[in-house]
Amino acid sequence: MPTYQEVLATKFPGAFTTSAFRDNARVVVGAENAQAVLYELLACLKTDCGFDFLSDVAGIDYLNYPNATDRYAVVYSLVNLTTGGRVFVKAFTNDPDPALPSVVELWKGADWMEREVYDMFGVVFDGHPDLRRILMPSEFTSHPLRKDYPLRGLGERHNFPTITRAES
Amino acid sequence: MPDFLVTKLDYVANLVRKHSLWPMPFATACCGIELMATASSRYDLARFGSEAMRFSPRQCDLMIVAGRVVMKMVPVLQRIWLQMPEPKWCISMGACASSGGVFDAYATVQGIDRFLPVDVYVPGCPPRPEQLIRAVLDIQEKIQRTGTIDAREFADRTTYEGPSTLARELGPEEAIVAPGDFTTASRFRLPLN
Repeated sequence: MPTYQEVLATKFPGAFTTSAFRDNARVVVGAENAQAVLYELLACLKTDCGFDFLSDVAGIDYLNYPNATDRYAVVYSLVNLTTGGRVFVKAFTNDPDPALPSVVELWKGADWMEREVYDMFGVVFDGHPDLRRILMPSEFTSHPLRKDYPLRGLGERHNFPTITRAES
Repeated sequence: MPDFLVTKLDYVANLVRKHSLWPMPFATACCGIELMATASSRYDLARFGSEAMRFSPRQCDLMIVAGRVVMKMVPVLQRIWLQMPEPKWCISMGACASSGGVFDAYATVQGIDRFLPVDVYVPGCPPRPEQLIRAVLDIQEKIQRTGTIDAREFADRTTYEGPSTLARELGPEEAIVAPGDFTTASRFRLPLN
């Protein structure tokens, strides 16, 4: 039985690299390939390699990070529920229009997780059925977990009317 | 014992009101746990006539804001305050409700008194139940001293009652960002690009 690395290497030659830290296995897809290959790669991991459970989708902003080449990363944490094996698929995307294919077709649970990554980082997931903000108010205009967004915000938190005692 | 007493209607109204405050528990965080402890048997807020917590603002006259308030919650908080019938008072319980506490982040309001009239502040993180009882007693004293039967005293409070010197919002060019520069361990923003 071939390992998932061998299956991916025959199906997507040159489209990804692998790395490992302790028992964390990673599949890294660069920004130049991610838009074209990511959906098929995750579908292959799901159907051919048994990684049938998407346990998390997380975003990372690598702005000003040492030796980083691409800015945004989205990490898909996959679990093989039969063997308990895990793999982390890391896909990169860049400004000015960071976008990745949506995987809601593969895992329904990706719906809200992709909305959260969109809300916090502004990564657009093409093909998502309902890509709205999930945590911040809908009239919010920034993406607060980007590294170039100040910790204290841009004054949005105090942009409300004041009620005096006489008028309440 | 005389056959009659002469007093002011205001005095009687205040006496009745201050001993039956009905709190609206607006508990959003750990201060809410202390608020529950205050209302339960060991600390027994019922000794001061304020044990009737109601979860509808229409039945309450004392709002206790316990916990941090985020910007998505401010319109809700203001709406609940406006739904409470007169006369009504507000306690800002804990460091977060009073000043934002340690949560100086983009979404956390730095003190509800920027948007609401607050009568009594309770410091602490979270405050002990005794402190909240003290605040209720302070509200009672405030009602007894300033209250009027037709709530005239509220009509005079037409101005903003929050902090006079607000912390200046940092502009985007001087804002501190995380993680800053790894090589120098600086927390200040690098020039973009």
